[in-house]
Amino acid sequence: MVNLAHLQKSTIMQLRIKGNIAVSDSGFVFDPSTGDSYSINPIGVEIIQLMKQTLTEKAIVDAIVERYQTEPQTVEKDLYDFCNLLVKHQLADRI
Amino acid sequence: MKQQLTVAVSGLNNTDNPGPGIPVIRALRDWKGKDIRIIGISYDNLEPGLFMRDLVDKSYSVPFPSGGTENLMLRLQYIHEIEKIDFIFPNFDAELFTFMKIAPELEKMGIRTFLPTSDQFEERHKYRLSEFGEKYGLSVPLSITVGAISEVPAALNNFEYPVVVKGKFYDAYIAYNLEQVYSYFHKIQAKWGLPIILQQFVYGNEYNVVALGDGKGNTIGAVPMRKQYITDKGKAWAGITIDEPRLIEMTHKLISANKWRGGMELELIKDKNGTLYIVEINPRFPAWVYLAVASGQNMPAAAIQLAFGEKVAAFENYDIGKLFVRYSWDNIVTLSEFQQISTLGEL
Repeated sequence: MVNLAHLQKSTIMQLRIKGNIAVSDSGFVFDPSTGDSYSINPIGVEIIQLMKQTLTEKAIVDAIVERYQTEPQTVEKDLYDFCNLLVKHQLADRI
Repeated sequence: MKQQLTVAVSGLNNTDNPGPGIPVIRALRDWKGKDIRIIGISYDNLEPGLFMRDLVDKSYSVPFPSGGTENLMLRLQYIHEIEKIDFIFPNFDAELFTFMKIAPELEKMGIRTFLPTSDQFEERHKYRLSEFGEKYGLSVPLSITVGAISEVPAALNNFEYPVVVKGKFYDAYIAYNLEQVYSYFHKIQAKWGLPIILQQFVYGNEYNVVALGDGKGNTIGAVPMRKQYITDKGKAWAGITIDEPRLIEMTHKLISANKWRGGMELELIKDKNGTLYIVEINPRFPAWVYLAVASGQNMPAAAIQLAFGEKVAAFENYDIGKLFVRYSWDNIVTLSEFQQISTLGEL
């Protein structure tokens, strides 16, 4: 069994989506300061929208778990990966 | 300024290394309330713009500036007698110096231009870029100008590979070893002559800014663009307007400091640390200038207004996230059209 204990701590990664990042309902993300664009899936869009509401990571996980009836550990892991991607591509800042 | 204007435009080479002529013409066609007659000026009978008859009203071949200013003046006088040109837009780097030189004579004939001064033109040359960066407090990659192949090894001691080998007007190649530097040196020398510029290659994304200076230190327009698709000649085949205030600030700083007059293009690279390096300053509008027009800043039209002494308010906004995507198109030309430009030098 995979030990997810470390994620419980490391996923406490509060992020702020950069204010000028444009996200369409279809999952098109545009960073106007670099001209880079990305495609994300519907759950990615949902997560970004939740982040824009400045929800805590716990609240985001709860919202996704409730909506999709899935395991919190799975959501936390995916959210952790997704947050890292957002930071890597400079779409979000750690706060 | 009168409502009907006759504007002569060069740079009709809408090839895979396109000149700015056709985009400038499109900008002038978009100028509301003006009736513009476009006179194409060409150096080659196969410049595609010659045959874009919906954009160019009449075209004339002219001699290369390298053939002497007298021949060029004679030809322009002939064209002016027929067409009564109000303004001329030279768009090739290689012809700009000549046009700057003959601008006073053109002015006497009633033909206006809006070009940088000789000093402005000279100091932004690729082979003076390091000096330029220092003078205006702008980051530029290390550049060394070499006048002979024997100077290359010593110059290379200052660089780490890859190194960019550049011609004084056009062409740039990335060299990864000494053999490649020599090979590109000879290739560029054969085409554009000396000197050759060696420049430290900077890894990063390429950005460009098209701008217009009024000659008094004011930036009338500035639109930054990120290249989205780059051809094997390093030319943007697609690009998108971006919101990067530092690019605009750099442009304002430069124009304010050297009081640039006319259109210009800044070519920059942002490295992984976010530092912006100016790698080139082109003394004319770029081939992608129409993106700026479509984004709300018709700089070619504003340049003409400035040349006529009109007060032009600086553009304050542009659309962010607007793209251009080039395409190629096989324009069908009749033999009689080709014959006309080839034998009579007019179309």
